[in-house]
Amino acid sequence: MSWKNRRLAKSLWVFHASASPCNNCDIEILDLLTPRYDVERFGIKLVGSIRHADVLLVTGIMNDKVAPRLRRLYEQAPRPVFVVGIGACPTTRCCFKESYNVSPGRGDVIPVDLYVEGCPPKPEAMIDAIVKLVGVLNG
Amino acid sequence: MNATLLFDVFVFPGVLFTAVLGLLAGWLDRKVSARFQYRVGPPVFQNFNDFFKLLGKETILVKSGVPWLFIAAPLAGFAVMSLVATAVGTALFSGRTVGADLLVVMYLLMFYSVLIFLGGASPGNVFSSLGAGREVKLLLADELPFILVCLVPIIRSGYQIKLSAILAAQNEHGMFIGSVSGAMAFVAGLLAVQAKMALPPFHIPEAETELVAGPFMEYGGPLLAFWKLNQFMMFAVFPFLLILLFWGGFPLAGLGVLWGVLKYLLILVLMIIIKNTNPRLRTDTAIAFFWKVLSPLALAAVVLAVLGV
Repeated sequence: MSWKNRRLAKSLWVFHASASPCNNCDIEILDLLTPRYDVERFGIKLVGSIRHADVLLVTGIMNDKVAPRLRRLYEQAPRPVFVVGIGACPTTRCCFKESYNVSPGRGDVIPVDLYVEGCPPKPEAMIDAIVKLVGVLNG
Repeated sequence: MNATLLFDVFVFPGVLFTAVLGLLAGWLDRKVSARFQYRVGPPVFQNFNDFFKLLGKETILVKSGVPWLFIAAPLAGFAVMSLVATAVGTALFSGRTVGADLLVVMYLLMFYSVLIFLGGASPGNVFSSLGAGREVKLLLADELPFILVCLVPIIRSGYQIKLSAILAAQNEHGMFIGSVSGAMAFVAGLLAVQAKMALPPFHIPEAETELVAGPFMEYGGPLLAFWKLNQFMMFAVFPFLLILLFWGGFPLAGLGVLWGVLKYLLILVLMIIIKNTNPRLRTDTAIAFFWKVLSPLALAAVVLAVLGV
């Protein structure tokens, strides 16, 4: 199991799900692929299909409209899959906490493994989060 | 089935050698592409990690699809690629012929595209069906120049279709790329191979910005690992085929090895440069390019080859 996990830690393929974000975090996520940060050094790749993914990146507020879709995406992903919530919205619900259409608890829609705080989080913070995930996988 | 044949198919020019070389060549592709974009790029064993990771993941069969075809297509594709690698590799490295001539190789390479179509059409997903349809259009476009290109070494070697005979003819009369017809056919062949591998600018079936992942969209886990492995094996098979047909083989003695490796790397890097400097063509532009530009070029090469130039 540990050998398999180490292979997984060295090749995390990421699917980016925008759950009604303000696009702020999404731009910061794209920064990770640029020459300055270049996460392909660690084998991290952005993939287009959820069937190829190991990590489901969620940005934005999970409201009633988007929650069923997110749930379905999570169910379509081949196991093992990790969910990472990027930004203040999945973490604390931010200023939308009292909004009429926001799904209640933060882990109710899908189980989130890792939260990255910030509005938006800096690319360094996201790399730090991924390093922590890799550390857990390596045991 | 004797021991030599088994060794040929499973170890040296066949499965193991081609897979390892292909995964390393795939790393070179990713690294050079990254350097083109001023990035650092992945470590050497990245593709091995990707492959073994995919083997350890869950396999999902789509309920609305045709499960047996969905499973059979990547495995049959792997078998086809292994056979091509064995046929090309044995002729290239040891000068023997293992039950397959150039016609069989051409047929198997076409069959591989058909397998991509079948695998892409089997889950019933809209995106992967569209990708599968585009794969057939691309096959329609690149098959004609590819066949014409393969005719040139056949004609120049005195109408031989055995791979080892084509190689022997080049050892006797000099490599075909040195002649006008050979050079023209090599250029056309390089571009046709680019399309056969569905590399940019001909990644019309995959088209990640519009079709997500094309025919491979619904694949995940071990089955995707085999599709990826097939694509990496093509990085070994196609340059070897071009070296065999036009560039006088791969001598395994003394400095010849270095010369052979240089030939291989040159073809590979040329493909990667074409890949990185061209945006994707539209389907109609690609078909027009292959039928109106490349096919006449290849046809002219065939005519020149018949004339003996």
